[in-house]
Amino acid sequence: MKIAVPVKFVPDLVEELTIDSSGAALDTAWLRLIINEFDDHAVEQAVILKERGGGEVAVLSAEADGVDDFLFTTAAKGADKLVKLTGDFSAVNNHALGKAFAEAIKTIQPDLVLTGVQAHNDLDGSLGPLLAEYLGMPFVGYVSGVTVSGDKVIARKEYSGGLVAEVEVKLPAVLGIQASETPPRYVAYSKIRQVMGTAKIDEQAAEGLDAASGVTVSRMFQPESAERAAMLEGSPEDVSDKLIGIFKEAGAL
Amino acid sequence: MSQDIFVVVEHLRGQVADISHVMLAGARALSQTSGGGVVAVLLGKDAQSLAANLAADRVLYVDSPALAEFTPDAYQLALAGLIQAQSPRAVLFGHTSVGMDVAGGLSAKLGIPVVSSCRSFTADGKFVCQICGGKIMAEGDLPAPTALVTMLAGGYKAEVGNQPPAVEAVPAPALDALRISIKQYIEPDTSDVDISKEPMLVAIGRGIQNKDNIELATELAEALGGQVCASRPVVDQGWLPTTRLVGKSGKRVKPKVYLALGISGAPEHVEGMDGSDIIVAVNTDPNAPIFNVAKYGTTMDLLDLAPILAERVRSAKGG
Amino acid sequence: MEVTLSPLSPSQSKTFFNSLLDLKEGERLRTCLQCGTCSGVCPFGYIMKFPPGKIIGALRAEIFDYVLKTDTVWMCISCNACTAFCPSNIPITEAVMTRTKEELLLAGNVPTELQSALENTQRYGNPLGESPRKRADWTAGIQPEVNILGKTRQPVDVLWYVGDYASYHSRMKSATQALAKVLNALGVKFGILGPEEFSDGDSQRLAGERGLFEMMAQKNGQAFRKYKFNEIITTDPHAFNALKNGYPALGVEYPVKHYTQFLAERIEQLKPMLKNEVKAKVAYHDPCYLGRVNGVFDQPRDLLTAIPGVELVEMSHQRLNSLCCGGGGGGMWLDGFQWEKAHTRVSEWRVREAVAAGADILAVACPYEPPRFEDAAKNVPNAGTLKVREIAELLAESMSL
Repeated sequence: MKIAVPVKFVPDLVEELTIDSSGAALDTAWLRLIINEFDDHAVEQAVILKERGGGEVAVLSAEADGVDDFLFTTAAKGADKLVKLTGDFSAVNNHALGKAFAEAIKTIQPDLVLTGVQAHNDLDGSLGPLLAEYLGMPFVGYVSGVTVSGDKVIARKEYSGGLVAEVEVKLPAVLGIQASETPPRYVAYSKIRQVMGTAKIDEQAAEGLDAASGVTVSRMFQPESAERAAMLEGSPEDVSDKLIGIFKEAGAL
Repeated sequence: MSQDIFVVVEHLRGQVADISHVMLAGARALSQTSGGGVVAVLLGKDAQSLAANLAADRVLYVDSPALAEFTPDAYQLALAGLIQAQSPRAVLFGHTSVGMDVAGGLSAKLGIPVVSSCRSFTADGKFVCQICGGKIMAEGDLPAPTALVTMLAGGYKAEVGNQPPAVEAVPAPALDALRISIKQYIEPDTSDVDISKEPMLVAIGRGIQNKDNIELATELAEALGGQVCASRPVVDQGWLPTTRLVGKSGKRVKPKVYLALGISGAPEHVEGMDGSDIIVAVNTDPNAPIFNVAKYGTTMDLLDLAPILAERVRSAKGG
Repeated sequence: MEVTLSPLSPSQSKTFFNSLLDLKEGERLRTCLQCGTCSGVCPFGYIMKFPPGKIIGALRAEIFDYVLKTDTVWMCISCNACTAFCPSNIPITEAVMTRTKEELLLAGNVPTELQSALENTQRYGNPLGESPRKRADWTAGIQPEVNILGKTRQPVDVLWYVGDYASYHSRMKSATQALAKVLNALGVKFGILGPEEFSDGDSQRLAGERGLFEMMAQKNGQAFRKYKFNEIITTDPHAFNALKNGYPALGVEYPVKHYTQFLAERIEQLKPMLKNEVKAKVAYHDPCYLGRVNGVFDQPRDLLTAIPGVELVEMSHQRLNSLCCGGGGGGMWLDGFQWEKAHTRVSEWRVREAVAAGADILAVACPYEPPRFEDAAKNVPNAGTLKVREIAELLAESMSL
């Protein structure tokens, strides 16, 4: 079974995000990029499937700061092929990324493509469904378990409220991973260092980077955040009424 | 081509999902700018009755055996032709396990832009998206002539219609060569509560003082339709199982509301809940660090507040 | 947590044992008497399926794979009690416990909380997962301003290696600020690395991540080389231990002291400044890596007795046999795991000892300790009024800083 895992790097939310001088984009000066958490789960799920049923795992990423280290880490976990797409990805959206990945993935001819169900900086849709369409494959998202069965997979799809469906999908297919069956494993740093000496990253020039998504942001801003809690005063009855109002507004009542 | 706002209704096993009613409210707001009407798009098999309480001007209903269950490809095929034929101003999908499976693929297939993670629309019809874990808002013009949008909950209050809208049957296109099918549904396991999936959590800390007082929190949680969780001292005492622990050594939760009762707000606990939409803190110590993370707070004694709040919530709900 | 490893064959077990013999003083493993002292003095020895002595026994019997099938080595908090009391002077903590943890880590078997701390260290240079840019935020408001070497590039006498928890943990802010104020009051010309400082890596090393420790040493070394200073002082005993005993072999060697040693050298200068009375019975907790491992027992006590009003009381475990707070060797990040197994915390035992000794204040000298002991005090009867204070905080209080 050949599995391809295209991944995305996204702004690291541990760092403070600031808006640049144009007022419509994130300031890249202090931006640090980190692997999209859901993509990390997709890599883990791919390695689990390989360990279970044999095969090959290819991990693909657009070039960015930290991507090399990440690709080596996936190799230390069990990935066989590491692909880095080169080009100018500075203003890239998911449509463009999807097209670029589709070209690279077509040459791999995988049976299954796993990618994170979404990324927190998605604005023009998530990568998975777009990629599936460009590859002409079916797509199912919010998957937290995958079983291979001949020329099909059974995907465990999660809905809100805890409902789960077992969905049968004909291969080749793209699955949007919500969570790997077991959490992403730990790799000792010495192992990663070891792999850095032996694994090779295959660089490929990306195609289709000028795809327009049609979505333009005219203004980016940060929602107001108060420093300290707004204190509620009054009798227990007063405070209770105020709280009920707050809960209703939050859509929780 | 029209200025109508379409809303793809999400329904599972005979129930219209709440997000559909939220989207219809959003569509209503957007339609004020576009000048068109609100049209609910309902796909299914023998599902007309679900149209009854939709807050839409009219309903387009597509009936087919292939649409008996939600599957991404059947929905995509059914919607593709409809959208191309009707060319509405916008088509709203839920930013959910249902909506997201369909919207992106349609965008690529039809060459129509999709705006995702949209929370609301401005008075002049711009989209306002919430991204980067809620830290960044992005605003822009709604792509023309047609835009697909995936909507988050929280921007609008769910609205139900006060009279059943007119239902127009739309013939289903050929839905063959489908590659996705539902094998079975698995019910959520209600015996084991997963607090990380709850939208409303009542959290208790040392301030609860003893095991007997926990009942106050449980009753309040029940009234609110949520669950009880706790910080470390409560779990350590064995008053609640570890599955209810929130924090560094326990679970990370992101509910809509996190009501923290008698919790001081040590970093190890805050780490587990600072992703909550709204944190309300009840602590008699005005210097408790939790007030630096909470949006609302009170120094009232939780033992005084909890029973009265529970009572008021019950009567507000009419029960 | 089920450990799923392919079992080591007897020959692999033997290879592993031989690798331990090659470590510093490792040959002493051959002289183990199986006396059981190590397992007996280990705070969690009674819970481990394979306490230290039994691990050595398993190694010699070439059945080390049985040890790897259990996960109780994660109960080890690297307190060094076993090492300190071994009659054969076997370096048990380093040669046996840490190496066993390394094997488990290599196989990818590690409790989740610890995994996050290690991944955070790799990515952010600290186990708390905080932004490196915020590492010097604690300095806000201190006058004269704390010298962040990367900004001022001034030569200093002392490079103060602040450390992860002292820099980021909200409880420790006041203690770190207190030390800064004390140093300022003494006119010490010091600087800090701030955002250029990386975790010392010692606790991560003891938790089995030798590779990560070496990376941290390399990065800190690079930062040190940029600046001019005469000596390094550390807030925390773990950094002190790393810089003194671990870094030199990796090419990073500087004279280093723990802050209590540094201040004790200046005690005559300090005494007249200690004007306020701190009237309290104070129990001093010997941190494992300052006391037992590095032999520093008296200087912290001298500082405390220099404060007017302080009556030093000793807990039943003290000095060489001090009872660990539970934070070392990865313990800070194994709390959930250890609680599940033991349903008791070493930090609670210590607080009980402080209460029994009649202490009003439990004085500490390591940033792991205040949050651990304050947390523990919540669950110990009669510990409601016990205060936990870093020595620097008490000095600052007495100096009205």
